[in-house]
Amino acid sequence: MTKKLLLSGNEAVAMAAQYCKVNLGVGYPGTPSSEILDEFSKLGGKAEWAPNEKTALEVAIGGAFAKGRTLATMKHVGVNVAADPLFTIAYSGVPGGLVLISADDPGLASSQNEQDNRRYAISAGVPMFEPASSQECYDFLIKAFELSEKFKTLVLFRMTTRVCHSKTLVVPREDDYPAAVINYEKDAKSNVMIPAYARIAHRKMRNRLAEIAELNEAGEFIVEKMRSSEIGIIATGISYMHAEDAAPEASILKLGLTYPLPLERIRNFASKVKKCYVIEEGDPIVTETCLANGIQVVGKNEIYRYGELNVNRVRRILSGDVTPEAAPVPGKPPQLCVGCPHRKSYEGMKALDLIVAGDIGCYTLGVLPPYEAVHTCVCMGASITTGLGMRHVMAEEQARKVVSVIGDSTFWHTGINGIVEMVYNRPATGHVVIILDNSITAMTGMQEHAGTGFHLDNSPSKKLVIEDVVKAMGVDNVDIIDSTAEYDAYCELLKKRLASNDLSVIIVRRPCILGMVKRKGK
Amino acid sequence: MKKVTNIIFAGLGGQGVLKASDILAEILFTLDYDVKKSEVHGMSQRGGSVSSEIRFGAEVFSPMIPHGETDYLVVLEPTQVEVNISKLREGGILITPADLPLDKLSNPKAANTMFLGALSKHLTEIPEERFIEVIKRFLPEKVHEVNIEAFKLGRG
Ligand SMILES: Cc1ncc(C[n+]2csc(CCOP(=O)(O)OP(=O)(O)O)c2C)c(N)n1
Ligand code: SF4
Repeated sequence: MTKKLLLSGNEAVAMAAQYCKVNLGVGYPGTPSSEILDEFSKLGGKAEWAPNEKTALEVAIGGAFAKGRTLATMKHVGVNVAADPLFTIAYSGVPGGLVLISADDPGLASSQNEQDNRRYAISAGVPMFEPASSQECYDFLIKAFELSEKFKTLVLFRMTTRVCHSKTLVVPREDDYPAAVINYEKDAKSNVMIPAYARIAHRKMRNRLAEIAELNEAGEFIVEKMRSSEIGIIATGISYMHAEDAAPEASILKLGLTYPLPLERIRNFASKVKKCYVIEEGDPIVTETCLANGIQVVGKNEIYRYGELNVNRVRRILSGDVTPEAAPVPGKPPQLCVGCPHRKSYEGMKALDLIVAGDIGCYTLGVLPPYEAVHTCVCMGASITTGLGMRHVMAEEQARKVVSVIGDSTFWHTGINGIVEMVYNRPATGHVVIILDNSITAMTGMQEHAGTGFHLDNSPSKKLVIEDVVKAMGVDNVDIIDSTAEYDAYCELLKKRLASNDLSVIIVRRPCILGMVKRKGK
Repeated sequence: MKKVTNIIFAGLGGQGVLKASDILAEILFTLDYDVKKSEVHGMSQRGGSVSSEIRFGAEVFSPMIPHGETDYLVVLEPTQVEVNISKLREGGILITPADLPLDKLSNPKAANTMFLGALSKHLTEIPEERFIEVIKRFLPEKVHEVNIEAFKLGRG
């Protein structure tokens, strides 16, 4: 009997990565992608947390330059951070196998935006897979490496929250897969993107995409079910599943390799039905591409661009229903845990009525009652820099109230760049940065980072020390305090530092209570 | 003929909602159904609303239950009934704390298994032993006894 497993999409990806002997998995945590590397490591794969997504992708690129098979994982907004290497590696390609997983979050279950990263495939010029189930996560990841190695290109693997976290059945492969042969060869013309070489590489990239489009037309990644000549549905990713439930009588064209699109197959399918719908979550990308190529399809109304799709919404799209949708009854919002070290830190900031330039982590919850202390939050690492911008522009009295608040994992991610900016372009009133060091990446489920002293697989690592680094960078005052155990002293310290024109970093150090549970469990 | 059965477990972070649904999904999996289980992870450790959806049958497509088509809605926390009730189909079965002898629990942490017991009464296609077997496989040995007791109390 064939072995069958019940796996989340993330687990299936990890298992496929182990099956095809991926040499290295690198990423930065971010819901809904975080479990992939943990699972890959548990299965025996070599996996590591990088300090941020740019670093992660670059390490993966290096491994693929050496002809290894490498995997980079991140959430959708992480790809923004990694976009610089992405756009250029799309030109040069890689001699090995390189897959970048972008875990998108339509509906913003746990994110600051719901950007549609299918746009990255188009914009950078790399092929993209979109799995619809855990089985496809498994099968397509292997296919993604094969495509990557055949065409010498990075492949984007676009998952979404429901695909990452839903558990569905998977039949894994049991045969042996050939390992990558690591034999580095210098090829500067391909791998050094000076303008002269990059001009050539750009053309090569477009040719590569044309060849992949042709391969896509052959149908390996297409499922076509002709059931009706009335209604046809073109669907991608999880939307396919909703469409099957919403309209079991309709004909379906399901696409797996969704960039570059198999336009002739789509044209042919659309010609066989009276009305052809495109069911896709997020931006109307397939719809617009079809229309631009003269394929008559019907997209969704703008109201369905927001949030996730589901069976009910797909039914509404198919029936042309654009009446307002019933708002779901709001659930209870998350809160900082009882005993969370961030609580007292915010209590102090609220008491002093500070202007808090915030950042992303558990501590973003300080925006909600009872604290309502956080004023701004843009993206990871932005607290220090946006706080500096405020200090530069505001009148002195107000500028003195500005603090930047950032977590430890976020500090190493991109916050550290803000310290460089602060020391280099110092505001007249100085600045105060509060680093909430709970010794873990808590928000995304307790991952280690450069400052915890442990690797992804829990083995000990060299521990980077925040105070040593910021002192060495030229910050005037560096204090370490526990705002819970020494609350009054913490408030006094804050007042004192705010009153001066110094550049001050206050490290609030107390472990996350769930992080302690994790460490004890080890 | 109804092809797919839809079940929701709902409650607050930390109540064992996800554990209960993991156990049920595994049971259905061992019985060779097509099973899909869906939930949104993320910030559940901070005590916010949590829910997990299970669909099983001969063939399941969407992992998300169509709104208003839930056959069994199991709610571990009274305030979460209002949040989830519109998902239940007409004639569907609602199980809430009021339906259970929770005061008889020797360890309140086993409440989720009691809810599983209450649900198990309705899922007549699943033998009781299969529940016990998978509960044992999913939980550490030192809590087997209290959880099996909770399951049986729930099953009534
Ligand atoms: C570019 C980017 N990558 C990843 C994430 C996901 N994410 C949100 S907060 C966070 C880290 C939080 O860790 P830390 O700063 O230590 O704060 P804590 O949650 O521990 O309080 C991560 C990885 C994101 N929002 N943006
Ligand atoms: S998980 Fe840790 S950091 Fe996050 S709210 Fe709970 S105690 Fe605070």
